[in-house]
Amino acid sequence: MADLVSHPDEVKVVSQRFGQGAADIDRYLQLDGYKAVQKALAMQPDAIVNLVKDSGLRGRGGAGFNTGLKWSFVPKQSAKPKYILCNGDESEPGTCKDRLIFEHDPHSVIEGTVIAGLAVGARAGYIYIRGEYRYLLEIMQKAIRDAYAKGFLGKNIFGSGQDFEVYWHGGAGAYEVGEESALMESLEGKRGIPRIRPPFPAVVGLWGGPTVINNAETLASVPHILLGGAEWFAKLGPPKNGGTRLFCLSGHLNRPGVYELPMGYNLKKMIYEVGGGIPNGRTLKAVVPGGSSCPILASGEIDVSMDFDSMMKAGSMLGSGGLVAVDDTTCMVKFALRIMKFYQHESCGWCIPCREGTDWLKKTLTRFHSGGGVKKDIDNIQYLSENMLGRTFCPLGDAAAMPTISIVKKFRKEFEDHLDGKPCPFERAGAEQFAMAD
Amino acid sequence: MKFSEQFEARFVEMLTHYPTKRSALVPTLLYAQDEVGCLTDEVIAELASRVDLTELEVRNVISYYSMLTTKPRGQYNVQICTNIACLLCGGEELLDHCKGRLGIGHKGTTSDGMFSLEEVECIGACSWAPAVQVNYAFHENLTTEKMDRVLDEYKKKATQ
Repeated sequence: MADLVSHPDEVKVVSQRFGQGAADIDRYLQLDGYKAVQKALAMQPDAIVNLVKDSGLRGRGGAGFNTGLKWSFVPKQSAKPKYILCNGDESEPGTCKDRLIFEHDPHSVIEGTVIAGLAVGARAGYIYIRGEYRYLLEIMQKAIRDAYAKGFLGKNIFGSGQDFEVYWHGGAGAYEVGEESALMESLEGKRGIPRIRPPFPAVVGLWGGPTVINNAETLASVPHILLGGAEWFAKLGPPKNGGTRLFCLSGHLNRPGVYELPMGYNLKKMIYEVGGGIPNGRTLKAVVPGGSSCPILASGEIDVSMDFDSMMKAGSMLGSGGLVAVDDTTCMVKFALRIMKFYQHESCGWCIPCREGTDWLKKTLTRFHSGGGVKKDIDNIQYLSENMLGRTFCPLGDAAAMPTISIVKKFRKEFEDHLDGKPCPFERAGAEQFAMAD
Repeated sequence: MKFSEQFEARFVEMLTHYPTKRSALVPTLLYAQDEVGCLTDEVIAELASRVDLTELEVRNVISYYSMLTTKPRGQYNVQICTNIACLLCGGEELLDHCKGRLGIGHKGTTSDGMFSLEEVECIGACSWAPAVQVNYAFHENLTTEKMDRVLDEYKKKATQ
C-alpha cells in the first residue's frame, strides 16, 4: 500500500525483499527464505546467542540494547514455559517501518521469532501487531498459516524433532502498549499498564515465564545475520552498532520515505541527499532524529553519525529511526504542544509524575501558545518536565519530558515571542505566506 | 448473542493460543466491535462470560484502548492523524476541512449515521503524511481535494 522509495546509498538487508512479493511463502523460499532457521536448527543455542551478540545487533524499537545480550539473560532452566514476543505495536510518532516489514516480508519476522526461540529454549512465540494495522495482521495470519502448512511451524519443524508454535495477536489502540511490560499485560488481556522491574521479562515475563521481547525489525534482521555472519553484519555499521536501519524520513522533506541505510550514516546527508532537502525554498530549523520522544536537534547540530552511541553523545537518541524534519515556518511552541498532547493522551495514568505532569504541561503549553503565557511559565515548563524524568515505572514520562526540555532550551526565544498576549508569530507569518502564494 | 461463523472459528482458534482465556480478550473485543458496531452491554456480558471475567473487568479493559468504544460510530469512521509528521504536512487543515464538510466535530457522527470523525494519534504513516484511516483503510499523501474524493467514494459506496 505505502509507496516504496530508493536511494543509491541504501544497503538493503532487512528491506531486500520489499516489493518482491515475498509475503507469498513460495516466493520467500525462492529468495533464501527459511534457510537461516534451518541453519539455526543445526547449531547449539549458545552459538546462536553468541553469533547475534557478536553481530552488534541492537534493539530497533528505540532502546538500542544488544539483542544477543538480552537473549543471554534468559535462564537455561525454567519451570515455566519460555516465550518470544515480537513487538509490532509500532506507534512512536515519526515511525512507519515495521509496517513495511509486515507488508512485504512477514515471513522474515516469523523466521526471526523461531530463531530467537531456538536460541533461548522457548517453544512458542507471539507476534503482536497494533490494532490499526488490520491489513497487516491479515497478511501475518496468512503467513503463519502457510508456514504451518509447510511444516515450518508446529510439531517437529523441518523434521528436526523440535517443536515451535507462532501465534498472531492484535492490539486495539494504545501507544503505551509498545513498552515491553505493558505489551505483556495487553497480551494477557489486561489494560496496558507497565510492570515494576526487577524482575525483568527475561526472568519473569508472559504468564510468569521467561520472555524475550524484541521489535519486529530486530527479529527480521536475525535471519540475515545467520546467513551473512556476525562479522559481515557488524561491519555494516560503526563499532558496537551493527547492521543497517530502516530510517523513516518525514516532515518537511522533498523525498520522504523509508530508506535502509547503514548504521552511522550522517544525519545531514540523510536530510539533504537522501531526503532531498527542505521543500519550497525554506530552511531547516530542527530535526526529530528518532521518533517524538528523542531530544530535538537544532539545524546546527545535525552533522552527526546516526548510530546509538554517537546520537547519545550529541545529546539525543537514535530511537526508533523516525526522522522528522522541521522547517523555519514552524512554531516550536506549537510543535512542543502537539508532542505533549500526544503523551498526555497516551499516558496510562499509573505513575503520578507522568499522569499529572503531561496534563499540566499540555494545559500550560495550550494556554501559552494561545497568547496567555507569562514569563515564569517558560521555566515552569522546564521544571515540570525535569520532574518527570526517571520518576516513572516506564519511559513514557521520560519520552514526554525529553523533547520538551530540549525545545525550551534550544528555542527559548520563540517562547518569549509568545509572551504578553501576542498572537503566535508563525501563524501570522504562515497566513501571509499562504496569501502571497495565492 | 450471535456472531458470524468466522468470528466463532477465530475465537475458538484464539483460545488455543494462550494458557489463559482472558488473553484472547483485546483482539476479540475489536473483532466483536467490527461486527456489532460498538461494544454494547450485550456484547460485554457475552464476552465476559466466555473468558471468565466479570463485566466490570471487561469494561475496565475497554476503557483503556482508544479503538474500542461502547458508543456507536458512523458506518465510516474517518480518523485524521494530526501528530507531528502529519501536523507539518497539513493534518490540521485536513481535519478542519472534514469538520466543515461533514458538519461534525471530533468524535461526532453525521445525522444519517454515515460518517463519524476522529482526530487520532500517530497511525504509522509518517512518511506518507498527511494520512487518514477510514475504518481500517489507509489514505495517504492527502490534500483537501483528494480528501473530498475519498469521502465521495465512501458516500457512493454507502448509498449503493
